Amino acid sequence: MTTLEGKRRDPRVALAGTLLLAVALALAPFAVGAGAGIAWVRVIDFALLYIMLALGLNIVVGFAGLLDLGYIAFYAVGAYLYALLSSPHLAGAFPSLAPGLHWPIWAILPLGALVAGAFGVILGAPTLRLRGDYLAIVTLGFGEIIRIFMNNLNRPVNLTNGPQGITQIDPIGIGGVSFGRTLDVFGIGLPSVYLYYYLFLGATLLVVFVSIRLEDSRIGRAWVAIREDEIAAKACGINTRNIKLLAFAMGASFGGVAGGLFAGFQQFVSPESFTLMESVMVLCMVVLGGMGHIPGVIFGGILLTLLPEALRYGAGPVQTALFGKVLVPPESLRMLLFGLALILVMLYRPAGLWPSAIRRREFAGAGNSPENGAGSERE
Amino acid sequence: MDTFIQQIVNGLVLGSIYALVALGYTMVYGILGLINFAHGEVVMVGALTALSIVKALSGSGLPGPVIALLGLMGAIPVCMALGFTIERVAYRPLRNAPRLAPLITAIGVSIVLQQVMMLGWGSTYLSFPALFSETPHSLMGAHINDLQIMIVCVAGATMAGLILLVQKTRIGRAMRAAAENPAMASLMGVNVDRIISFTFVVGSALAAVAGLMVSANYSIAHYSMGFMLGLKAFTAAVLGGIGNLAGAMLGGVLLGLIESLGSGYISDLTGGVLGSNYRDVFAFFVLILVLVLRPSGLMGEQVSERA
Repeated sequence: MTTLEGKRRDPRVALAGTLLLAVALALAPFAVGAGAGIAWVRVIDFALLYIMLALGLNIVVGFAGLLDLGYIAFYAVGAYLYALLSSPHLAGAFPSLAPGLHWPIWAILPLGALVAGAFGVILGAPTLRLRGDYLAIVTLGFGEIIRIFMNNLNRPVNLTNGPQGITQIDPIGIGGVSFGRTLDVFGIGLPSVYLYYYLFLGATLLVVFVSIRLEDSRIGRAWVAIREDEIAAKACGINTRNIKLLAFAMGASFGGVAGGLFAGFQQFVSPESFTLMESVMVLCMVVLGGMGHIPGVIFGGILLTLLPEALRYGAGPVQTALFGKVLVPPESLRMLLFGLALILVMLYRPAGLWPSAIRRREFAGAGNSPENGAGSERE
Repeated sequence: MDTFIQQIVNGLVLGSIYALVALGYTMVYGILGLINFAHGEVVMVGALTALSIVKALSGSGLPGPVIALLGLMGAIPVCMALGFTIERVAYRPLRNAPRLAPLITAIGVSIVLQQVMMLGWGSTYLSFPALFSETPHSLMGAHINDLQIMIVCVAGATMAGLILLVQKTRIGRAMRAAAENPAMASLMGVNVDRIISFTFVVGSALAAVAGLMVSANYSIAHYSMGFMLGLKAFTAAVLGGIGNLAGAMLGGVLLGLIESLGSGYISDLTGGVLGSNYRDVFAFFVLILVLVLRPSGLMGEQVSERA
């Protein structure tokens, strides 16, 4: 991650930096758990999930420039797939399946990626010839449709259990080790959230790796070409339809995997976790962090998961200290500041908090004409 | 057959509300090429402001329609000021930024407005007092009450007024010019910035009217009511052909009809498998169908891809 900016660095420094980062990441749950309590390790687990989601959406929005406001639907598909295939729930609707399906994670996650990717293609195929803002609204509608169906598919066959959601989902287990319990390793007890931390960290690193490789690949360059100017890209021999579909499918499959991990982690899924607000949240991570810039997106993911949590815990006591009572409930304050942050960041840093070097240059020199393809749609 | 006419009546009432909100989207899009995502929240602010005024006056012995009118008179300036401010703060500085930027600020504005209104009005569903007599009139076997008649009439009058404003007045001509080509309009002496502000203000006034109507119609108001309404109204605008005023009205009424007929009959059509709890799905299906089959909408002109 440290060498992405294209500057030449001493390889020994880079190696030392990578090692240091690796040690820091490996020890993070212990440091956080000891310093701030185990609840914060859980928050970090969620941060990792959101980073995966943000990186997935970054492929669609950041690389290919297709604005997707219903991205959380793919997360939902992954999560519900895991929930159905790894819980006693289906036995209720189909008695022949008793005691429900309990597939291993190795079968579910790839299937989740595949199914979510297929949903991505289903969504993408009819909508790809639409222009930017229309695409945003259609994807938004798609996300809501998925949520409404999950809310209501408890009749006539109880598939999703409606608004109550699916409970008693098996915790993720790998090689006989269940992540739902504390694990003893050489006398050190690793609580469940620590185990999930390492699992999610591994998955996130994999997603980061795939993202970086994609960005530099032929496909990644084709995406950027489409983002910058679709007609020119087409003229250069890029099959824009297939490449855009691929972006949708790739982004969706990342979301599907993250959704599966989420379901195993929570052991409970309900439509409430997949509202439009969540899609917006992930989009904000991508945009605030710096669209198309992988370190920026990671930073956005961490920031937007930790900041609201910090406000949730910190806002009450601070207000009591300042005014003697809680004037604004922390939950509202959190959303209020979040909204204000969105506005202010866009006004003062429209390229995001940590944009890539190329994009920063574009914005600096964008006096006469906006370089990016989206902006050129109007005049 | 009675149900059919009843659903048509309900659809028309709902549709005229959608049409009013859709006009706000379509006017802004026509000039700026921007989806004003915060427009639904303006409707919500209008509804809650009107609700407070109506509640304060409901014990005063004034006749119901007068109270409703006073509520409207209070809500319209508030919404106008709000629309003006939103444009100034969230959109104007980003006129030349990439297209995603104003979308994000709009989402930010929505969140802020919702939270502020929630702090002021609470997070519970507020009931809207009944201002009109509830006794229904019979119309070809269907029931329609005074409130519903009022909604359709007021919405129709407002839209007629808007058309006059846009087609017959000087500022209306400037609006059309700015929508056609902002750069050229400003060369011809049109103050485009002022026209854009004016557009937002007019759209917000319509939103205030719609806000009062929707909360009176469902006798409920809530800080999060704006989002879904805004989304459906946007669908209506797209259905009619975004940027086209007549299209927004047509789209609004059509969407209202589709939704109420759809949710009225879906249960019969599917043998009880799908119920009216799928009503919100219709708007989106319509939206997707329109965009796939006829992306320029019913009344939109075929625009060539400007790349």
